[in-house]
Amino acid sequence: MYTAIVFLPLAGFLIAGIFGRQMGPRPAEVITTTFLMISALLSWVAFAQVGLGSAPATAPVLANWITSGTMKIDWALRIDTLTVVMLVVINTVSALVHLYSVGYMHEDPHRQRFFAYLSLFTFAMLMLVTADNLVQMFFGWEGVGLASYLLIGFWYEKPSANAAAIKAFVVNRVGDFGFALGIFMLFALTGSVSLDHIFAAAPGLAEKTVHVFGMDVNAMTMICLLLFMGAMGKSAQFLLHTWLPDAMEGPTPVSALIHAATMVTAGVFMVSRLSPLFETSPDALNIVIIFGATTAFFAATVGLVQNDIKRVIAYSTCSQLGYMFVACGAGAYNLAVFHLFTHAFFKALLFLGAGSVIHAMHHEQDMRRMGGLAKHIPITFWMMTIGTFALTGLPLTAGFFSKDAIIEAAFVAHRPAALYAFVMVVIAAGLTSFYSWRLVFLTFFGKERWAEDAHDAHGHDDHVHAVADDHAHDDHGHHKLEPHESPNVMLIPLYVLALGALFAGLLFKDYFIGDKMSAFWKQALFFGKDNKVLEEMHHVPAFVALVATYMMLIGLAVAVWFYIFSPDTPRKLAEQHRPLYLFFLNKWYFDELYDLIFVRPAFWLGRLFWKGGDGRIIDGLGPNGISARIDDLAGRVVKLQTGYIYHYAFAMMIGLAAIITWFMLGGVH
Amino acid sequence: MDIGLTHYLIVAAILFTTGVAGIIINHKNIIVILMSVEIILLAVNINMVAFSVYLGDLTGQVFSLLILTVAAAEAAIGLAILVTYFRNRGSIDVDDINTMKG
Amino acid sequence: MSVAAAFFYLFSAVMIASAFMVIAARNPVHSVLFLILAFVNASGLFILLGAEFLAMILVVVYVGAVAVLFLFVVMMLDVDFAVLKKGMLQYAPVAAIIGVIVVIELALVVGGWTAKPGAAPKAASNLSNTEALGRVLYTQYAYFFQAAGMILLTAMIGAIVLTLHHKPGVKRQVIADQNARDRKEAVELKKVPSRTGI
Repeated sequence: MYTAIVFLPLAGFLIAGIFGRQMGPRPAEVITTTFLMISALLSWVAFAQVGLGSAPATAPVLANWITSGTMKIDWALRIDTLTVVMLVVINTVSALVHLYSVGYMHEDPHRQRFFAYLSLFTFAMLMLVTADNLVQMFFGWEGVGLASYLLIGFWYEKPSANAAAIKAFVVNRVGDFGFALGIFMLFALTGSVSLDHIFAAAPGLAEKTVHVFGMDVNAMTMICLLLFMGAMGKSAQFLLHTWLPDAMEGPTPVSALIHAATMVTAGVFMVSRLSPLFETSPDALNIVIIFGATTAFFAATVGLVQNDIKRVIAYSTCSQLGYMFVACGAGAYNLAVFHLFTHAFFKALLFLGAGSVIHAMHHEQDMRRMGGLAKHIPITFWMMTIGTFALTGLPLTAGFFSKDAIIEAAFVAHRPAALYAFVMVVIAAGLTSFYSWRLVFLTFFGKERWAEDAHDAHGHDDHVHAVADDHAHDDHGHHKLEPHESPNVMLIPLYVLALGALFAGLLFKDYFIGDKMSAFWKQALFFGKDNKVLEEMHHVPAFVALVATYMMLIGLAVAVWFYIFSPDTPRKLAEQHRPLYLFFLNKWYFDELYDLIFVRPAFWLGRLFWKGGDGRIIDGLGPNGISARIDDLAGRVVKLQTGYIYHYAFAMMIGLAAIITWFMLGGVH
Repeated sequence: MDIGLTHYLIVAAILFTTGVAGIIINHKNIIVILMSVEIILLAVNINMVAFSVYLGDLTGQVFSLLILTVAAAEAAIGLAILVTYFRNRGSIDVDDINTMKG
Repeated sequence: MSVAAAFFYLFSAVMIASAFMVIAARNPVHSVLFLILAFVNASGLFILLGAEFLAMILVVVYVGAVAVLFLFVVMMLDVDFAVLKKGMLQYAPVAAIIGVIVVIELALVVGGWTAKPGAAPKAASNLSNTEALGRVLYTQYAYFFQAAGMILLTAMIGAIVLTLHHKPGVKRQVIADQNARDRKEAVELKKVPSRTGI
């Protein structure tokens, strides 16, 4: 069964990828979507058996991969509670996104390729979460990176999409570099990459130090930080987050699947999976919590002022990932996974809802050109609202249980930076509420701003231009924009996700973080002896338990004031605090900063090596130099060939004299 | 004083050197160059025959015969080329013959 | 000094002198004539050596064919040989150096070389030189002989191909056409009425 779960998407990818051109889009859609549906159903069965039931955790070995000296790496499927949770998340969202894409992408001529990539992504992600050793995990890790690259750049005619794809890939390389180094170091210290071996060896390494760059560093801290670097890259944490907003250049279902629900949570999954390692290093966890909290706050501030509907949700994702890392850093891995679980539902819901809005608006993504859509696309409106409720943490929705619990966990965490983290996530909660409702109000309420400039709605913004062109051949009228509700094939996934967003928290709270916790997780996660966060969480002061809800209400109130009753206020505020506004609008100037620090010097260095190193030195002295010298020499030798017969005759004579002389002087005996 | 092999060889050597000098001195006149080549071949022939006689081996004379054949053929072809060339270019000045230069 | 020695010196001296004149003469016709003289003297030397056949061949082939060929070419080509003599000594230094080196070396070789005592012309067998040569040439060296024949044939064909060219407007005898003529096309009968012209 587990094999089927993992390899059905691969089969779908191979069929759609290889034969897609021959069999056309429809069979490709049907095959990949059906396979994913089966996979998703099996995943829920596995979840019921392993998580809710008492089926033992297994790690069946499928095949040997690499055997080199003492290093032995197998293909194996490690099935425990953590894995089945991820299986459920990935396959459910992936199946729904496949289904949704049938509607969303129905105008695209390259749908087969799209579905093949989606299935490839799903397979790689499944390899990642079922990995029994770090190398297989790295395989999946890079596989999802590849699929992400391919899908962001799916509309390859758009230069911005290509740039975003490359950016995502390159930024991820930075993180992957750390991840790879962490794996190397673990192998160097423990002699194995198998998770069980490493976990067994981890406590023994807790006090060990390694000598790096002239400093003695705690080995486990070093390893954990390197691994966390990989997680930062994949999960778009502060400093390595820049690729995620740009990744919104990809089709919206991709954003929902990869850049909201699954791939970006791989970092959280990895930290949770490697919890036995992180538990040995409080220092590393402190760093984790700092980065998580910073990301949560930073992304929320940027989200406040973005105008692109997808970018707002992208920063929201970034922020929520920060929450998850705060939970990890606090030592509440189950809480992180719980938030991952609920977040997958409501964030995929939001993204798919946004996709539905964009679909309705004929690929218009700028919220300033929306407004008043609630009565035109009521179903989408309600779905988005449910998603927003869940994200902002309305009591009894999914986000309420997971996000508020994280705030409590941050409060009780025994880390030096715990207070900082607590303050940051509380503020971020308020900001989250504000920007989420801002999105809803701007999109669905107020004046119908699209009506007044509908004639140039197409191709006004640069980044939607190409998409608009892409779909210029569709059958919609171009002169009068008439928002229309999406077809059922797109709405059904929304219903399912909305159910998840509403009830996933309520249903699974006890299992993930409540009373049935230990029976649910079994040995999948590891908590150190003095890790009491989860118990203390339940004994926080009342104001901590309620602060998140207060923040949510404040955010909601401000949003209502700003965007319903007094639409002029935001503009005035932006003018009054223009530097701050620009600071947020330009994403804290991170892109500019990186451009200055990394991109330009890299270009400069590359050009130096290209022109100077390769062109002048290697080519100049090597092939080109030799060929030029040979050319010179040949030019001179050619002059010997005068064409005059007597010169040749002289040459013969001189040669004759030379040969006779040689004989005379005893050259031959 | 008896005439021995040495005398013939010396005569042949002088003849050979004369031929070589002829090529160099008359480097502009291709007809005389051909004649000089004939002289050189004659010198070789004298050597061949002298050795053949003094060693009592007829092989030398046989090869001398072959050399004569080749020399005659060479002279015939060389002169034919010369005639054709003259017909085409109106000159046999070797300074004009340098189309083969690099 | 025996008669043979006297003749040797005579032939040698004349040969070398005429060879020198070949390369030194201003008029190429004189060169060719001196070349003939050199060959005739060389054949005299061959006779002194006892190689009568080669001596005769030399006279026949060289004097009779090659040298005459040279003479024809020299006389038929309308070449201003005076021009060709210009710059005659341009390469004299090179020629001198090479010549001196070669002569010195040849002298050293000859001087440092002595024939085995008693090395004299082998007593001629009772066969004449021509007959002895014929015996080996047609048996042992038959293939070489054939090859030489092929070379001559090739040279002949080559020379003809190179020099033969048909001038336009020259009437040629076409034997096949001549033979193919019959009475009908060759003879036309005309009734000529009396007292009128054709």
